[in-house]
Amino acid sequence: MYSSDYILELKDISKNFGGLQAINHLSLKVEKGLIFSIIGPNGAGKTTAINLITGIYPPGSGHIFFEGRNLIRKSPYQVAHMGIGRTFQNIQVFQNMTVRENIMVGLHSRSHSGFLRCLLYTPMVRKEEKIIRQKTDAMLEFLDLDSKADLRVAGLPYGDQKRVEIARALAMEPRLLFLDEPVAGLNLQETKEMSRTILKIREKGITVILVEHDMNLIMDISNIITVLNYGEKIAEGSSKEIQNNPKVIEAYLGKEF
Amino acid sequence: MNNLIKQKDILGFGALAVIIIVLPLFVESKYYFIVLNVIGLNTIVVVGLNLLIGFAGQISLGHAAFYGLGSYFSGILTVNYGFPLWPAMVVGMMATGAVAYLIGYPSLKLRGHYLVMATLGFGIIINILMGELEQFTGGHDGLMGIPPLAIGGWVFDNDLKNFYLIWSFVFLCMVAARNLLNSRVGRALRAISGSEVAANSLGVNTADYKVKIFVLSAMFASISGSLYAHYITFISPSSYDFHYSIQVVTMVIVGGMGSLWGSLLGAGVLTCISEALHIAKQYHIIAYGVFLCLVLVFLPEGVLMGITNFLVKNKDKAANYKNGLT
Repeated sequence: MYSSDYILELKDISKNFGGLQAINHLSLKVEKGLIFSIIGPNGAGKTTAINLITGIYPPGSGHIFFEGRNLIRKSPYQVAHMGIGRTFQNIQVFQNMTVRENIMVGLHSRSHSGFLRCLLYTPMVRKEEKIIRQKTDAMLEFLDLDSKADLRVAGLPYGDQKRVEIARALAMEPRLLFLDEPVAGLNLQETKEMSRTILKIREKGITVILVEHDMNLIMDISNIITVLNYGEKIAEGSSKEIQNNPKVIEAYLGKEF
Repeated sequence: MNNLIKQKDILGFGALAVIIIVLPLFVESKYYFIVLNVIGLNTIVVVGLNLLIGFAGQISLGHAAFYGLGSYFSGILTVNYGFPLWPAMVVGMMATGAVAYLIGYPSLKLRGHYLVMATLGFGIIINILMGELEQFTGGHDGLMGIPPLAIGGWVFDNDLKNFYLIWSFVFLCMVAARNLLNSRVGRALRAISGSEVAANSLGVNTADYKVKIFVLSAMFASISGSLYAHYITFISPSSYDFHYSIQVVTMVIVGGMGSLWGSLLGAGVLTCISEALHIAKQYHIIAYGVFLCLVLVFLPEGVLMGITNFLVKNKDKAANYKNGLT
């Protein structure tokens, strides 16, 4: 078993799209068990970084290690099997399925029956289904979705859909979870609930990497904050350190005259 | 809720079994038996195709070819090479699956509508080969004298026996499809049609699943094709042309994409309409087209869901009226 304080390490990652340098020699170390936030102005490369780590884009150069294992050239589904969960900036719930079914898909990587077994519905499938159902019920309760379990996701309010997406990713029992703008579009009340949920996720021992524009939330719950601008890391530290960093202020507000 | 769905299914399959057993008592003419048997054969193809179209969100316009491969493998192996009947059917199913894999693997790796084009071309090629490879297939004159299937000494040599044979297969195929859909594989397939990128990020090997479900759906068609060959005992290329591929896709849409029971209904309704319109000769394709348009405009979720929704709404209305709410 891998034992280091760092669950995720990026070494000198670069990525360009055509002529655009989206990520420029980025190195990061994420400590286990923390809420690690990535902030930065629009187009700073935050989502690109997540997509590189989770295998959606191949990086141009550099290395990514998760628990000591290289993530380069792994497909998204392989990354998922290794223990990394994620949500999407523009939510990607399965609209055609119920809340419960969405979460059950999250347990895909935790079960094994293949096509033939499922066609015959063998005892192994039956056993797995039972476990999937129990774990799904637990997850419904964890995110307070039990009353909506059997509704189609398509008809649910935006805030509920976001929670479904998180529940689905958590069902994978990941050790590292990426949340890409979890409170964008939520009202104050919903944002407060989401912040409590994120803290609850950390309590479970899951490392959370948070990309967000909501500074109140970031400053409230992050252990470490990294600031990106034009694909480069310009600062890293606690919320206090970041708030007083002149480079960060410049990136967000421009130079003082 | 989920228990409810399962209970409904058990009820549905129970009813289907009873209908299959009892129905022949009420059918007297040979013609109606043939129609019922063709409905059964089409249902098997449509159930398989619906797994692909309705649940995994992929489209095939070449299922006539897979149906045909089943027929011709069974026909050629038994007539020309004296193969035993059931093993020939299994070999046909496996070989058809392998062919589907060769078509599906490259075309499903690419995002977009490559499978449609690949299957369209493949269907036409296979249909031409059926006519041209005369030394094996009998060419355009067809292949005659295919022996009927038999279990032990019991030969399926008339319409009634074939009715039980074919509809037993319909029943088994539907149960297998339902099993698949109620399991992790089925949910993964529906997830792929919902959002491929999300399914992938949850650990579903989407490329692999799309190929596998395509292969499975081709195998369903192949089984049906084998049954057809042994039932009619004569096959010719005209039964497996592009028109048939379109017909089964239409049945999926009319019955309802993603509805298992809808597949049965779609196959039933459209086979009957086809038969009824035979008197209209070549014009029957027009009526067929009009019917499809009407369904797409007024019942886009398919006939079964459309009717169910209509009934539920009316029931709600009636209930509300009773309670003095409207």
